[in-house]
Amino acid sequence: MRASATAGPGPPLFSIALISAAALAYEILLMRLFSIIQWHHFAYMMISLALLGYGVSGTFLALSRPWLKGRFRAAYLVNAVLFGISTLVCFLLAQAVPFNALEVLWDPQQPLWLILIFLLLFIPFFCVANCICLTFSEFSSQLHRVYSFDLVGAGVGALAIVGLLFIVMPGTALKVVSALGIFSAAVAWWECRMKPRWPVLVFLLGVGAVLLPANDFSLQVSEFKGLSQTLRVLNVEQIDRRSSPLGLLTTVKSPTIPFRHAPGLSLNTPGPIPEQLGLFTDADNLSVLTRFDGDLGKLSYLDYLSSALPYHLLEKPGVLVLGAGGGSDILQALYHQASHVDAVELNPQVVDLVNSEFADFTGALYELPGVTVYNSEARGFVAARRARYDLIQVALMDSFSASSAGLYALSENYLYTVEAFAQYLQHLQPGGILSITRWIKMPPRDGLKIFATVVKVLEQAGVTDPGRHLVMIRSWNTSTLLVKKDAFTGSDIDSLKAFTRERLFDMIYYPGITRTEVNHYNQMQEPWFFEGTSRLLEPARTEFMDAYKFNIHPATDDRPYFSHFLKWRTLPELLVLRGRGSMPMLEWGYLILVATLVLALLASFLLVLLPLWLQRRKDTRASGLRWRFLVYFPAIGVAFMFIEIAFIQKFILFLHHPLYAVSVVLCSFLVFAGLGSLMSARWHERFSLFSITVGIGMFSVLYVLLLPGLFDWLIQLPGLIKIPVSALLIAPLAFLMGMPYPLGMSIVSEKLPSWIPWAWAVNGCASVVSAILATLLAIHLGFVFVVLVAVMLYLLAAMVLRQEPGLV
Amino acid sequence: MMGLVCFMPLAEAAEDYAASRARLVTEISQDVIDTSAYIGKSALDERVMRVLGTVGRHRFVPPHLQSSAYQNRPLPIGYGQTISQPYIVALMTDLLELEADDVVLEIGTGSGYQAAILSRLVSRVYSIEIIPELAKSASQLLQRLGFGNIEVKNADGYYGWQAHAPFDAIMVTAASSHIPPPLVSQLKPGGLMLIPVGSPFNVQQLTLVRKSKNGELTTRQILPVRFVPFTGKH
Repeated sequence: MRASATAGPGPPLFSIALISAAALAYEILLMRLFSIIQWHHFAYMMISLALLGYGVSGTFLALSRPWLKGRFRAAYLVNAVLFGISTLVCFLLAQAVPFNALEVLWDPQQPLWLILIFLLLFIPFFCVANCICLTFSEFSSQLHRVYSFDLVGAGVGALAIVGLLFIVMPGTALKVVSALGIFSAAVAWWECRMKPRWPVLVFLLGVGAVLLPANDFSLQVSEFKGLSQTLRVLNVEQIDRRSSPLGLLTTVKSPTIPFRHAPGLSLNTPGPIPEQLGLFTDADNLSVLTRFDGDLGKLSYLDYLSSALPYHLLEKPGVLVLGAGGGSDILQALYHQASHVDAVELNPQVVDLVNSEFADFTGALYELPGVTVYNSEARGFVAARRARYDLIQVALMDSFSASSAGLYALSENYLYTVEAFAQYLQHLQPGGILSITRWIKMPPRDGLKIFATVVKVLEQAGVTDPGRHLVMIRSWNTSTLLVKKDAFTGSDIDSLKAFTRERLFDMIYYPGITRTEVNHYNQMQEPWFFEGTSRLLEPARTEFMDAYKFNIHPATDDRPYFSHFLKWRTLPELLVLRGRGSMPMLEWGYLILVATLVLALLASFLLVLLPLWLQRRKDTRASGLRWRFLVYFPAIGVAFMFIEIAFIQKFILFLHHPLYAVSVVLCSFLVFAGLGSLMSARWHERFSLFSITVGIGMFSVLYVLLLPGLFDWLIQLPGLIKIPVSALLIAPLAFLMGMPYPLGMSIVSEKLPSWIPWAWAVNGCASVVSAILATLLAIHLGFVFVVLVAVMLYLLAAMVLRQEPGLV
Repeated sequence: MMGLVCFMPLAEAAEDYAASRARLVTEISQDVIDTSAYIGKSALDERVMRVLGTVGRHRFVPPHLQSSAYQNRPLPIGYGQTISQPYIVALMTDLLELEADDVVLEIGTGSGYQAAILSRLVSRVYSIEIIPELAKSASQLLQRLGFGNIEVKNADGYYGWQAHAPFDAIMVTAASSHIPPPLVSQLKPGGLMLIPVGSPFNVQQLTLVRKSKNGELTTRQILPVRFVPFTGKH
């Protein structure tokens, strides 16, 4: 390739925007792809570390700066083309690596496979980061414009990939991203006015077009995932496959060896389980669609689950099912003569499967008289709903395997927080019951944490004796907690006793229970549930929770990590016993997060210090400035991510749909920050950097204080209105947040130009480290704390540069 | 290691494996002693440990993993299945309180290793495997190795094996959301059924179903290690 150019082309801004969009889309897409072929906690680790490619790029360019001088366009194009190719090729290679997440602690070879995958995924991010950083260095006087196109492109990419994943399979989306990489090279060729103009342009566009997909490629799913194992069974066939950003749904028929999904079914069940279709999400997490021909008599097995208890205490209740899925809870309600069932399901594709694709099989369950389905997020639905119910069922939504392996430890969950339960109770009729069913973990974790949460909610509501409003039972692998708006009566307790006795279930708690009544049919080594619930009703329950070896303190909206149970002080004991059966108690998601943070910190430390050390004698100018930059850039990098992540969480509670919240908030933040960057030079003529960062701090604190009330006030707005409202709320904060980086960089470019790649490396590393750190801080101290730390960091950054006269 | 084994004379290789097996048994015995406070006993059934020391685990793992056969860890055997960790195999077998004249049903043959261990302790083992390829290979292997008192079939384990019921003990190693009622009915009064619960490489808990002499059913949730969650005065 012979590249020549006419004089004076500007930076390839549209190419930058396109490749940034592709890179962010790729990041989100990788999470999706690895959640399907592996498990999402390892995906998180691999992708986080791969993003260090941004940091490595800065270091690489800092070291190769002399060589790259005068070779900008060729270097840019090579990196853009490599990005396009490597997005596809590196993923295909990575999925062929025989990594088995389940064997990591058993097999010393597994971490090596993990490193190989990380190295493969690292390549595309390294290439795209090179493109951006090269442009920064080459066009340092227009850095704010380049940064602006970078951010706006990334923002659009975040939104576009979510839309794309509704239309095509994830594998197809990967090809689109790959093609975008090549197209960005073509755009750069055009923008940089390189010659020969048309032949290369046509060639690049042609390569991109070839990559554009006609069909999906097959994903190599781990053989240990539920779907892979099911497909081994004789005569099993996939009968439907559809995908969205919410997950890959695979419907499976097994005519020879039927699915018999009935969690915790009583040993005394009289009736058989009707035919079922398996419904796998991301090739795991089995739920089912149950055949229903209108004959309720065939559903008698549903009366032999622990979740059937409330129907024995209520007469023809009006029911709200949160997390309807394939419809088992609705069938259970219909079997028990519910007067009406409102069912809430997040995933529209699940609703479509039940109502359309398999309507003949399910009896179009969601369209039956007396059943209304709402495609909505459960918490948001309740918050915006005025109706009251006799029974609110919080269904058993997660699968046992994922739940028991601690894979949800990092997932924010707003269904099981103190505030959520308070809302559920407010939506009960007098005499109404809230019912929550969970898998039983040994030793008890979920069940006790929910019990503690409900006790706290009842106390906050002014109930003097919460114990009178609670009953709890368990089967051999599920527990069901009932919370009654009024106190449970004597006849309620009689019904409870009869229900558990007939089904060989055990009572955990009812008002007045004694130790002799527990641990009869499903015996534990000690009556842990009884002991636990009794302690949680005592005034000194905080001491009990502190002393318990797992974290059973209630989750809150500020710390919405219901599934985080691990305590550091328990870890040594669990590690000693790891080869003898304690591994499932080790909370994978959390430990991997910590390991990722340590690795990212180590790598960042090296990446940031290496170029500094190598250049220590080369540039003696402005030596006093160096230590200021050393504080300034990491501080604003971390602060930006902290605020972005924390406000994504805050807006989830307003937009309610996690997917929309993440894409809308992320896009808004990036686009408005991009605009802020574009305007930064002009604004800086009127406002000092110090004033701008003080503005960021003020907005952040104001939002922390005002958003909850504002959201309560606006909660009734239609979803489509909430999206622009959210964008408008984010706009001023994000606009200001887009300025400190380009303003700082302009100082670097003026005073210490050789440090531009270094500042880029710092930004890249800070993004990775701060994303992990924000989650850890939120788990332990809450999102408000994360925001406050960010504000302090912004102020620190401003103070550091302010002390240098003539800079800001 | 693999290469070395291939070039070793047969007798020498067998001796090598026997030594590894003996080390494994010692390791498990030591593990039990070390964690006696957690397990509630300082030794497992002597007969179980003896059998563990005689059945060649290397026969039941894929050739490329034979060098790891006597490490105390689960191993993949293909088809998304695993051969359990020897420590867990020992513990589970111990929990079934087997007698020499017992008839045992196993659901989930897998490699056939657990059935082989059981067969050396009881009079007859019936084993059901859901994956046709595994059922065939395990059946052939067990026959070849001379485990004549084991019968394997490819079928749906949910319904047990009525023709040979009732059973003194049942071991269910296949995942299930509930305890299959047909298996309960095929369990003899006084019999025990064991269900390990967890993911392919990690047993989370063991559910032991006991049918009393008068037919009453109780289940016991057993942690491989008795991890007590309460601390201090609690």
